[in-house]
Amino acid sequence: MDLNAIWFWLIGILIIGYAILDGFDLGVGILHLFARNNSERRLHINAIAPVWDGNEVWLLTAGGALFAAFPVVYATVFSGFYIAFMLLLTALIFRAVSMEFRGKVDNNGWRRFWDWSFGLGSLLPAVLFGVAFGNILRGIPINGAAMFTGTFLGLLSPYAILIGVLTLALFTMHGALYLLMKTEGDLRERLKRVSTRTWVAFVVLYVIATVATFFVSPFLFAGTMKNPVCWVLSLLLFGGVMSIPFAVSRNMYFRAFLASSVTIAATISLSALSLFPRLVPSSIDLAYSLTAYNASSSDQTLTTMFTIAVIGMPLVIIYSVFIYRQFKGKVMITEESY
Amino acid sequence: MDAVLLARLQFALTIGFHFLFPPISIGLAWLLVIIEGLGWKTKNEVYTRIGKFFAKILGLTFAVGVATGIVMEFQFGTNWAEYSKFVGDIFGAPLAAEGVFAFFLESGFLGLYLFGRNRVSPGVHWFSSLMVAVGATLSAFWIIVANSWQQTPAGYVLRNNRAELTSFLDAVFNPSTVIRYLHTVDAALIAGAFLMAGISAYLLLKGRETEAAGKSLRLALIFGLVVSVLELVPFGHEHTRQVARTQPEKFAAIEGLYASQTGAPIVLFAVPIDKPPELKAPIEIPGMLSWMAFGDVNAPIKGLNEFPPDEIPPLFVTFVSFHNMVILGIYFIVVMAWGTYKLYKGTLWGSRKYLKLLLWSIPLPLIACQFGWVTTEVGRQPWIVYKLLKTSQAASITVSSGELLFSIILFGLIYLLLGILYIYLLAQKVAHGPDPAQRKEVLV
Repeated sequence: MDLNAIWFWLIGILIIGYAILDGFDLGVGILHLFARNNSERRLHINAIAPVWDGNEVWLLTAGGALFAAFPVVYATVFSGFYIAFMLLLTALIFRAVSMEFRGKVDNNGWRRFWDWSFGLGSLLPAVLFGVAFGNILRGIPINGAAMFTGTFLGLLSPYAILIGVLTLALFTMHGALYLLMKTEGDLRERLKRVSTRTWVAFVVLYVIATVATFFVSPFLFAGTMKNPVCWVLSLLLFGGVMSIPFAVSRNMYFRAFLASSVTIAATISLSALSLFPRLVPSSIDLAYSLTAYNASSSDQTLTTMFTIAVIGMPLVIIYSVFIYRQFKGKVMITEESY
Repeated sequence: MDAVLLARLQFALTIGFHFLFPPISIGLAWLLVIIEGLGWKTKNEVYTRIGKFFAKILGLTFAVGVATGIVMEFQFGTNWAEYSKFVGDIFGAPLAAEGVFAFFLESGFLGLYLFGRNRVSPGVHWFSSLMVAVGATLSAFWIIVANSWQQTPAGYVLRNNRAELTSFLDAVFNPSTVIRYLHTVDAALIAGAFLMAGISAYLLLKGRETEAAGKSLRLALIFGLVVSVLELVPFGHEHTRQVARTQPEKFAAIEGLYASQTGAPIVLFAVPIDKPPELKAPIEIPGMLSWMAFGDVNAPIKGLNEFPPDEIPPLFVTFVSFHNMVILGIYFIVVMAWGTYKLYKGTLWGSRKYLKLLLWSIPLPLIACQFGWVTTEVGRQPWIVYKLLKTSQAASITVSSGELLFSIILFGLIYLLLGILYIYLLAQKVAHGPDPAQRKEVLV
């Protein structure tokens, strides 16, 4: 594997890390909209309060790494998706401050405002990430000069929205499974039912999306099916998805959460595998696509960045695991909680 | 309206607002390392109370800082696509390194610090406060690296229509990185010291928690005096000398030097006029500028007239920002020295006027930070990367003026709301004070 391919996959790993970690934060935020009273809402928020910020760093690091490794993709996609990006950033801003602000004023209207802000600030990104991903899979109008020539509304095709809803179901399920580890009693029983329903929704949408992709972007399937890695990933995906209801029914919540994490990793890896080496296919002409080779930084930069990743990321993972372990178990509401 | 100007306005708005919060976070984080360390070592419950109180303020500040910081990571791509393509080979690496080496550290341990007091041992808890401070300070390093490279690019070669990396170390430690970093981080420490001093002063004025507030005020004053002095000499002084060597146009603009001269004077006060560039009613000390910049009262310094008219920065904004920053810097030393003297004399606690002055001085270091930021960024104009790429060629081609205007209004409104709420919640938190008994809590 050459440096460009390595960076294609490293960006993929950062996106997977983000989707698994902040994915459950977003899911918890969405489920928070359906909590029944203030103490349930506080349980939702405090289940992710100590860790969500670190989880979001995966997104920031993916953004920075994309800038460093594939500046043309960073520049073209982010300026092309301008309005969509501004909406996403707005949602993420509101989500971030909602948790901090919500409990600071003892007033029902105040709390309700930040409850909605937290919930919608989680729901909108979950959908928008999916819509963005759908647009990448479908290809976006990029001309021969690597310029985006589409419009904001053009990004909202039925296919992209389908992928958006699929992501929404996936993250909601993932968040529910995370909450199963963190809650007890009546709330947990309800979350179990939610996890089953969202699981069904995810499976159905995934099948529809796969069929739709076959018609929308046949180039994604060309060659991929013959690749043995594709079959390994498909098996992982199948195993992950099927283990979830099994683990939940046996009250093995951590396993269910792991299975859901495997599902997310396998889903994104399969998409990456079928895209490779294209990072952003062009819907005007596939030859105009931005790839890991024509949109990359110099070898010098890719090597430097690789060194940074090899030194830095193991450390990150070690202390992140340490921090997560300190918050193991059910949510405890203390004087420090939100 | 001109799309480049709108893109600049949007960037100035989002980064200017964001830049109000990290200085407080960095400064407060280090003060909390000291306070939590004292609490851990002395087992004195008063330190724990101060720690918990200021940790809440750190949490609030961090939340708004993080929320507004997300925008920054993507802003270069959205607004400055042509710039991103030109510098991506170099500029992206520090941003990614900031994520890997700094953001993970500060946000991971912040969670443990804010929510883990009862879950981990006091030693581990103190360690987490240290990691928050280290992470925040490292984060400043990488972002200063990125900015410094725009000011004094190094370690690159122009190839394939872009700047390509030749030496990562040269690019990271370009001629302005180290001194700019020291100057900026020290400014953050001043901001933290003034915040802690002002809040402690308020509690003393109200006669509440006097023991705790006395301890935090003493710490903030002594700490504040040291960092305020260091900010002027050597950091501020050396940073200006570096600008004189590496960016003579910016130096001429901030010092208001229109015509080249030997034995150039330092301008203490003047009204700068942009067209033609000149100073009205200046008060000057002859030879001083030459001496300060190059160690010789007769050293020649280039004036703005030496440079092509389309390659000099706007005089008014750079001159005024720089001078106001310096005036504030001197004010910080005076205030902190005065307070330390009162502390030494034992007259601090009864001096209500001085305590009020401290309270009202809380925002001033942040204003000084903004002045410093404007000085360095406007002083770099018309270049986005000094001598390599002009700002006018750097904006995104595919983003329309309408879209930019939309996002300026959107973020303008959001940030206005966040700013008001931050001040309101901060004031409310301070009014509640550190005593846990005074904190109302709704559980259901």
